[in-house]
Amino acid sequence: MAPVTKVLVANRGEIARRVVASCRRLGVGSVAVYSEADAPLAHVAEADEAHPIGPPRAQESYLRVDRLLEVAAQSGADAVHPGYGFLSENAAFAEAVERAGLTWIGPRPESIRDMGDKQLAREIALRADVPVVPGSRRFEQGDLRGLDDAAAAIGYPLLVKAAAGGGGIGMRRVDRSEQLADIAVATQSMAAKAFGNGAIFLERYIPKARHVEIQVFGFGNGEAVHLFERDCSLQRRFQKVIEESPAPKLPQEARDRMSAAAVALCRATHYRSAGTVEFVVDADSFAFYFLEMNTRIQVEHPVTEMITGLDLIAMQIDLARDRLLPLPQDAVSRKGHAIEARLYAENPAKNFMPSPGRLERFRPPQADRIRVDAGYREGETITPFYDPMVAKVIAHGSTREEARRSLIGALKAFEIEGIRSNRDFLIACLADETFAAGDVSTDFIDRRRAHLLEPVAAG
Amino acid sequence: MALVDVKTEITGNVWKIVAKVGDQVEEDIPILILESMKMEIPVSAPEAGRVQAILVEEGQVVSEGSVVARLEV
Repeated sequence: MAPVTKVLVANRGEIARRVVASCRRLGVGSVAVYSEADAPLAHVAEADEAHPIGPPRAQESYLRVDRLLEVAAQSGADAVHPGYGFLSENAAFAEAVERAGLTWIGPRPESIRDMGDKQLAREIALRADVPVVPGSRRFEQGDLRGLDDAAAAIGYPLLVKAAAGGGGIGMRRVDRSEQLADIAVATQSMAAKAFGNGAIFLERYIPKARHVEIQVFGFGNGEAVHLFERDCSLQRRFQKVIEESPAPKLPQEARDRMSAAAVALCRATHYRSAGTVEFVVDADSFAFYFLEMNTRIQVEHPVTEMITGLDLIAMQIDLARDRLLPLPQDAVSRKGHAIEARLYAENPAKNFMPSPGRLERFRPPQADRIRVDAGYREGETITPFYDPMVAKVIAHGSTREEARRSLIGALKAFEIEGIRSNRDFLIACLADETFAAGDVSTDFIDRRRAHLLEPVAAG
Repeated sequence: MALVDVKTEITGNVWKIVAKVGDQVEEDIPILILESMKMEIPVSAPEAGRVQAILVEEGQVVSEGSVVARLEV
């Protein structure tokens, strides 16, 4: 560990502004970087200094390890914060930063590498007694030995998944044992054609699933705390739309067991810094299974900050500069309920197609217990080069109902013109009676799509 | 013989041009692929025809509603 006096923020937009804000609070200097497309943005103006790193495309700017290290050297930065996305979960980048004699504000490179390998992450979770989704071994194309027994052990319905697939592609549901062999053979042959690899495996199918994650913070010495859960079940195209804490209608017992499992995983790996352990939860039985661990600060970290009063990024910086003592679990408490909505530049009526453009009008709401983390200001242009998130709006209330109503009010007051946004769609999600009742699941948006798009079409 | 404009419905960066001038294309066959906000979005032929002109280059940013190619139908 070394002194941290000047942090290079290897990111852009709202998370870069967020890291700069914590640096300022701690009296630590900040260095922003920007691509040619981002020169006018707020994160550039707000950091103590800013350096150009290349053309708009991320491959030629924000993903250029050599350029980032050059800027660190030129500016005299002694630490790097990667934010989320881009190089944040790139172990080689973390190593390069450390090799250059700089402090990496984040997990050890080994943790990033281990958790980035999904098979290895699953094994590490199993060793720490963290439940994983019941699954089978791999069956290469033409190999079906023991398939029936493996299926019986998992139980029906189950999924046949292409080992090389992802994002829902190469995945088929099997309801009865008579269908298994045919579907397995068909999936192997489809996978061989589509991915050049015919291997499949079986996995338990969870008819109604929720996505619940535990925010953790490890101190690098085997000690770790959890900072409660976030329910992120509302997603479209595998991207989160609304996140909240506490998770509604989740029994305390399930919550406690998930938190304990997440902390056990951090202790076992001597995890350092902020991280998130993601679980898929059966919405009916509340059985939970490890999905993956994200070894970085997450987009939705403000939800946790609102209910705990902690500044997670300041904690990351303080730990990196040896100024944070391990917290005992009972030093952390939560108050009330927080809900976050992600405002995207997209057109919900056209299957959420991106909608870049100039923010002719952009007036985030200002209200008590409302936090807005935005990457842009009025008059700035959202270019097509990066992800579509424009801002996050987070409401804190003493109850879920209070937070929900207050977030609807804040979104209604958010003046945004010049691009299409999902603002009205977010309001429709929050106002939906199923959501209001706390009955959330990952199929919510698809199931309620027609209903959720009505006010958008009308408005 | 009529000329038909191929327009893009979104603003994006031309990632890949997949059709060549002179190609015969069917309706809904991609002429080029845009990259916008981490998504790849095809711009396809509105009807069957022969590609008469491609008006953009790879790497160029095109805005919503602009004509990126012309078809002879």
